[in-house]
Amino acid sequence: MLALDRVGKTYPNGVHALERFSADIKLGEIVAIIGGSGCGKSTLLRAIAGLDRATTGTVTLDDIAITAPHAKIGIIFQEPRLLPWLSVADNIGFGLSELSAAARREKVAQALARVGLTDKANAWPRELSGGQAQRVAIARALVPQPEVLLLDEPFSALDAFTRRDLQDHLLDLWNDTRPTLMLVTHDVDEAVVLADRVLVMRPRPGRLFEEIKVNLARPRDRNSPHFDNFKRRVLTALDRSLDRNVPDADAKSTAGEAMWW
Amino acid sequence: MAMTVELPALERTDSTTPETKVSSARLRRYAGPALGLLLPVGLAVAWEIAVWAGLSNGRLVPPPTKIFATMVELAKSGELSRHIIATLSRVASGFVIGVVAGTLFGAISGYWGLARRLLDPTVQALRAIPSIAWVPLFILWLGIFETSKVALIAVGVFFPVYLGVMGAILSVDRKIVEVGRTFRLSGPAMIRRILLPAVLPAYVVALRVGLGLGWMFVVAAEFMGASEGLGYLLIDGQQLGKPAQIVAAIVIFAILGKTTDWLIELATAPLLRWQDAFGGKGGAA
Ligand SMILES: Nc1ncnc2c1ncn2[C@@H]1O[C@H](COP(=O)(O)OP(=O)(O)O)[C@@H](O)[C@H]1O
Ligand SMILES: [Mg+2]
Repeated sequence: MLALDRVGKTYPNGVHALERFSADIKLGEIVAIIGGSGCGKSTLLRAIAGLDRATTGTVTLDDIAITAPHAKIGIIFQEPRLLPWLSVADNIGFGLSELSAAARREKVAQALARVGLTDKANAWPRELSGGQAQRVAIARALVPQPEVLLLDEPFSALDAFTRRDLQDHLLDLWNDTRPTLMLVTHDVDEAVVLADRVLVMRPRPGRLFEEIKVNLARPRDRNSPHFDNFKRRVLTALDRSLDRNVPDADAKSTAGEAMWW
Repeated sequence: MAMTVELPALERTDSTTPETKVSSARLRRYAGPALGLLLPVGLAVAWEIAVWAGLSNGRLVPPPTKIFATMVELAKSGELSRHIIATLSRVASGFVIGVVAGTLFGAISGYWGLARRLLDPTVQALRAIPSIAWVPLFILWLGIFETSKVALIAVGVFFPVYLGVMGAILSVDRKIVEVGRTFRLSGPAMIRRILLPAVLPAYVVALRVGLGLGWMFVVAAEFMGASEGLGYLLIDGQQLGKPAQIVAAIVIFAILGKTTDWLIELATAPLLRWQDAFGGKGGAA
């Protein structure tokens, strides 16, 4: 279990980015974090990843305090961040340096097949499309089999079609080993299609505002009324998190969908 | 000629199949240098014709055949190779020393903030001194023979390499370094797997700039009293009024400079295949 206990962060320049964020996340759970720009979502994820240290509170994974990057925690950023001097296959195998060459090759081959890029094994990262590059990044993060995978707006730089494709693909990969997923997103659709739980944050300082459980069976139908219902609830929560007190939440929320961030 | 004219069209289609890619790459390998030779060869031929047609007597600017004859003459007596070896070995030792020192100090300054604050201001101040100004001091300290010459060349090579290495390390993308951190690379592994490959392109550029300065400074070094070397040939040609010998030495400088630069390029090209740069694709076709 991933336990966040009153995690807070004040940057050296005095910006109070995150305040007393608490949540317990079960193994295998998918949690989406959504909130206005600058409300501390990346700060939170970086603290969990051990890339930055929280100034207050603790992050613990299975009773181990996380203060530095940990083998059981992987992270995927908005940009694929592939190493341009390594082939696609070597990028995927980057985190497997402890393994023997043969074992590494086999794992990489499996991962390549799993993300459908076997034919790109020897390509350079520059030869990939944005969606392909992000799939390589996902494979690279998943191949060491982390218990927790953090994703910071992983699909927001992609076009709508590719994004949908990768959302489905991510769920598919998640199903293999069922790690915990913590996904920051700007996209209400994405949050509702993926998450068991949506955490809505509010800014200045960043903190948890509302939690919405999405108890919809998978695979989820993006066009069903239930789906719409959850989307509306998330949007309303978002509007309220930004202090937009709207009497007619329903009418405004559709406008808000494009406006809130 | 026809080949060079067709080149841009071929380049544009080279992504279609692997075979055309290969053949076009091969074509480019020969056509590129051929294109570059066009201007100097054209000028040389034009000058030769001008002298031959009596438009100029070619005394102060000797025609190519005369220069060539001078080179052959020097080569036959074995003098040419003696001068070339002298100059080459000076450049080589100065280059090696400058590169080693520049890389070491550049890496230290780039990697450790404290070392940079300590070291960099001094290095930058020294860099502001025109390197030729060191010559009298070097001669006093190290004598007029090889040591002072090599030292001057090493100083010339040091600064661009130092600056290149330090700048390259400082500008390594933090985002890529974070990838290394998330995979918990140790310090040495971070250097080997992230920093070294990331700085390599800039390092190669720094080496080439350093080598260029090495060639520049060897001339200065050989002007200050040398009994052999291409720089000596220049001075000798001036004092004895032999312009053909001067131009011959200049031409040999150009050939050696270009060749050594090309060797660096050739040696490092396999390491830089991954680069996605404008220049890597032959520039604007
Ligand atoms: N390295 C940093 N130093 C100082 N302030 C930062 C730093 N990173 C983020 N911030 C500030 O912290 C706040 C939260 O940032 P961030 O977590 O990136 O927000 P989000 O990801 O939700 O858009 C913002 O006001 C931002 O300006
Ligand atoms: Mg962010």
